[in-house]
Amino acid sequence: MSALNSNIPEGELTSKWTKYKSSVALVNPSNKRSLEVIVVGSGLAGASAAATLAEMGYKVKCFCFQDSPRRAHSIAAQGGINAAKNYQNDGDSTYRLFYDTIKGGDYRAREANVHRLAEVSANIIDQCVAQGVPLAREYGGLLDNRSFGGTQVQRTFYAAGQTGQQLLLGAYSALERQIGMGKVEMFTRHEMLEVVKIDGKARGIIARNLITGELERHFGHAVVLGTGGYGNVFFLSTNAMGSNVTAAWKANKQGAFFANPCYTQIHPTCIPVSGDHQSKLTLMSESLRNDGRIWVPKKKDDTRKASEIPEDERDYYLERRYPAFGNLVPRDVASRAAKERCDAGYGVGASKLAVYLDFKANTERYGRIEAAKAGNHNPDQETCMRLGTEVIKEKYGNLFDMYKQITGEDPYETPMRIYPAVHYTMGGLWVDYNLMTTVPGLYCTGEANFSDHGANRLGASALMQGLADGYFVLPYTIGAYLSKEISVKAIPTDHPAFVEAEQSVRDTLNKLINIKGTKSVDHFHKKLGLIMWEKCGMARNATGLKSAIAEIQQLKKDFWADVRVPGDVNEYNPELEKAGRVADFIELGELMCIDALNRNESCGGHFREEYQTEDGEALRDDENYAYVAAWENKGDGTFELHKEELKFENIKIAQRSYK
Amino acid sequence: MSVKRKLNTQYPILNTNKMSTGNMNLTLKVWRQKNNKTKGQLVDYKVADISPDMSFLEMFDVLNENLINKGEEPIVFDHDCREGICGMCSMFINGRPHGPKEGITTCQLHMRSFKDGDTIVVEPWRAKAFPVIKDLTVDRSAFDRVIAAGGFISVNTGNAQDANNLPIPKAQADAAFEAAACIGCGACVATCKNASAMLFVSAKISQLALLPQGQPERYKRVQGMVAQMDAEGFGNCTNTGACEAECPKGISLENIARMNRDFYAAKFISEEEG
Repeated sequence: MSALNSNIPEGELTSKWTKYKSSVALVNPSNKRSLEVIVVGSGLAGASAAATLAEMGYKVKCFCFQDSPRRAHSIAAQGGINAAKNYQNDGDSTYRLFYDTIKGGDYRAREANVHRLAEVSANIIDQCVAQGVPLAREYGGLLDNRSFGGTQVQRTFYAAGQTGQQLLLGAYSALERQIGMGKVEMFTRHEMLEVVKIDGKARGIIARNLITGELERHFGHAVVLGTGGYGNVFFLSTNAMGSNVTAAWKANKQGAFFANPCYTQIHPTCIPVSGDHQSKLTLMSESLRNDGRIWVPKKKDDTRKASEIPEDERDYYLERRYPAFGNLVPRDVASRAAKERCDAGYGVGASKLAVYLDFKANTERYGRIEAAKAGNHNPDQETCMRLGTEVIKEKYGNLFDMYKQITGEDPYETPMRIYPAVHYTMGGLWVDYNLMTTVPGLYCTGEANFSDHGANRLGASALMQGLADGYFVLPYTIGAYLSKEISVKAIPTDHPAFVEAEQSVRDTLNKLINIKGTKSVDHFHKKLGLIMWEKCGMARNATGLKSAIAEIQQLKKDFWADVRVPGDVNEYNPELEKAGRVADFIELGELMCIDALNRNESCGGHFREEYQTEDGEALRDDENYAYVAAWENKGDGTFELHKEELKFENIKIAQRSYK
Repeated sequence: MSVKRKLNTQYPILNTNKMSTGNMNLTLKVWRQKNNKTKGQLVDYKVADISPDMSFLEMFDVLNENLINKGEEPIVFDHDCREGICGMCSMFINGRPHGPKEGITTCQLHMRSFKDGDTIVVEPWRAKAFPVIKDLTVDRSAFDRVIAAGGFISVNTGNAQDANNLPIPKAQADAAFEAAACIGCGACVATCKNASAMLFVSAKISQLALLPQGQPERYKRVQGMVAQMDAEGFGNCTNTGACEAECPKGISLENIARMNRDFYAAKFISEEEG
């Protein structure tokens, strides 16, 4: 095992980033014009980086597998984006956002990165508003905020339940502006299938044109991966169908270490599974926990309708167990609590794998306020509900509509049924303070890296991190590397490294299509998802993880012997795309289990049943596991662990408590 | 309450009592087209044991799984988020973009909206500016080029003023948000007899025209975007209103009126300046 150098600048935590920015090497404008940067992914982290790098003068190529950069899965983020603006005058500050994020991550994130994130958070809001992103406002014309889990201040900016969409369209329009000016060359319906290294440095990619099937070689002085998370390893998740780990996994095989793969976020409020046809799960934004109270019946196996269960026979278990944070505990805590109630037999709905999210009390409260505004100080219940429903509709209308559409039930009338689902992955490619992986010149931003959320991400922090990385961090830090590359001429893509990389991609594709087995790609993907959810999901234990590793190894053999990929390699062939992605998910799944087995503690989203407190909370082992586990791929399914010790110099590490 | 629980992990797929009961049998007539150089045709398929709780795309997943198992090529269709926001899915179902229900995308359409025994015709978006790539997939990159021709505010990253230094009346901000809710799916184009993209283009123009940040480039923007829209081969608007009726996000025709106003004002202003 070797130590990893995170390249954290010296000095006081609060001045590290400022000092870094004023001392980092610069690249002059004429040199920038001849430096080429490849950005893979066009979500918040990719589009913002591509646009900003082009604005600065670099030559940029951007790639996405969707038909337009506007469709990257950041678009689906609902609830909001955090920023330490203290607009609500509730005591927020950069330090508090930093503290909440470290604590929320169960003390498994790097202090310097998280502080930088908190520092630039305010700039993101300014930038987005300048771009014309229509964030929610109050009647005075100023920006509105709401609460999210794991905090006691209101620092979340939002645009109804479509915050991710609006922020992404902002970044997309900035990107399209650069495309229109010829400063970014955009490649849609392209998938990156290999990182090309020359003399140890990342110098380009092999991408497949998904329409024609052609393989293309692209050179870059540096390569940035903003390719999102790997939640689809579970088959069922809230991720888009196309979300995948392939770019990050190819990078891992080329020497970029993969950090903390076992840290996955199971989101507490998703629409429950309705049957075995299910292809994906739909999130109901955490913002709903501002006004929704979570409960189950006090009586086991209660089959009455929600409306027939009187108030004193309801168990508001989050409010009961965590009086200080109530329904707004962090996601990992809320998910485990829901699971605990359902496993104990108190679940609701036909499947009994659901709990209620009930808006009645707050609808009535809002109605009372609205009635009072209109001069009615003694409104009846019907008036309260009618007026309150209007308020709820304005805040969450699109989410309520979506719920109704999927379940066929009206959440204005009856409480929502919700259950946890895989939503986000905190793990990802290991990066240093500069967001560079262990491959020189290969960078990683957004959900695809491991950096800021520790073992659990707080709500409304993913959008913040994606945009922080892309707009405000990477464009500076990449200069430290590119300033040393100014004398490197663009390398022609007939260089042997490109030829070999392309050949190896071609071989893999041909191999997949020529197996001509008997089972579809989805068959294997579902099997993998089942193993992962049962043995590496919301709760894990050593026995289960060991058997999962064996099962995944067998699944890998079966896949490569028996998968059936119809069609041809030289055409538009979505089944072939899926096959390549699932092959990578299978290998990643094994590493996730290896990592989970290695981490003999519980922290954040990683809950090992052997390690819990008397009242069932996650029990960390700071003496032995306060490190980032970064895995080097040694080929043939073997991995070597490298550790980055986490030092907490500004925050006192403590048992996380939301009571 | 008992402590030190053994958490009993359960996989939702296997543990729902309410499994897809699946009692619907349907006939599908689906557009198959190898690529943009060949002609396409409608092909009949039967699907059985479909659950009313399935989404329309999940029903297609079942059909595709059957086709793969039979050694046939599955049907290619665009889809990604499957929660109605990415704008990727784009099926023309029984003559209507995104099917028979209002205010939703194809991925949010559920089989409970159909009856056992139904025959359903599924085609791609049809417009000159949206050429078919394969089966139900079309090329909508024209939309990106229209945005690149002016659908932005020219502000580089860094040094923006404090967001609250620019108060915007709530009603105005809300109106901009409603226009910004467009997901760029192209249903408006698909349903329009002229294959006009005016609803899409005007939604972006309106969003930015309604905001103070959008004023400096307001007239240049409308000219640039309309010129690109025409260059892409989209048709003109004849005020039928089908676009508004079929838009899954409820984008209003008012936006087209606003765009037209700005477009003529832009001519006047540029003539004056010229």
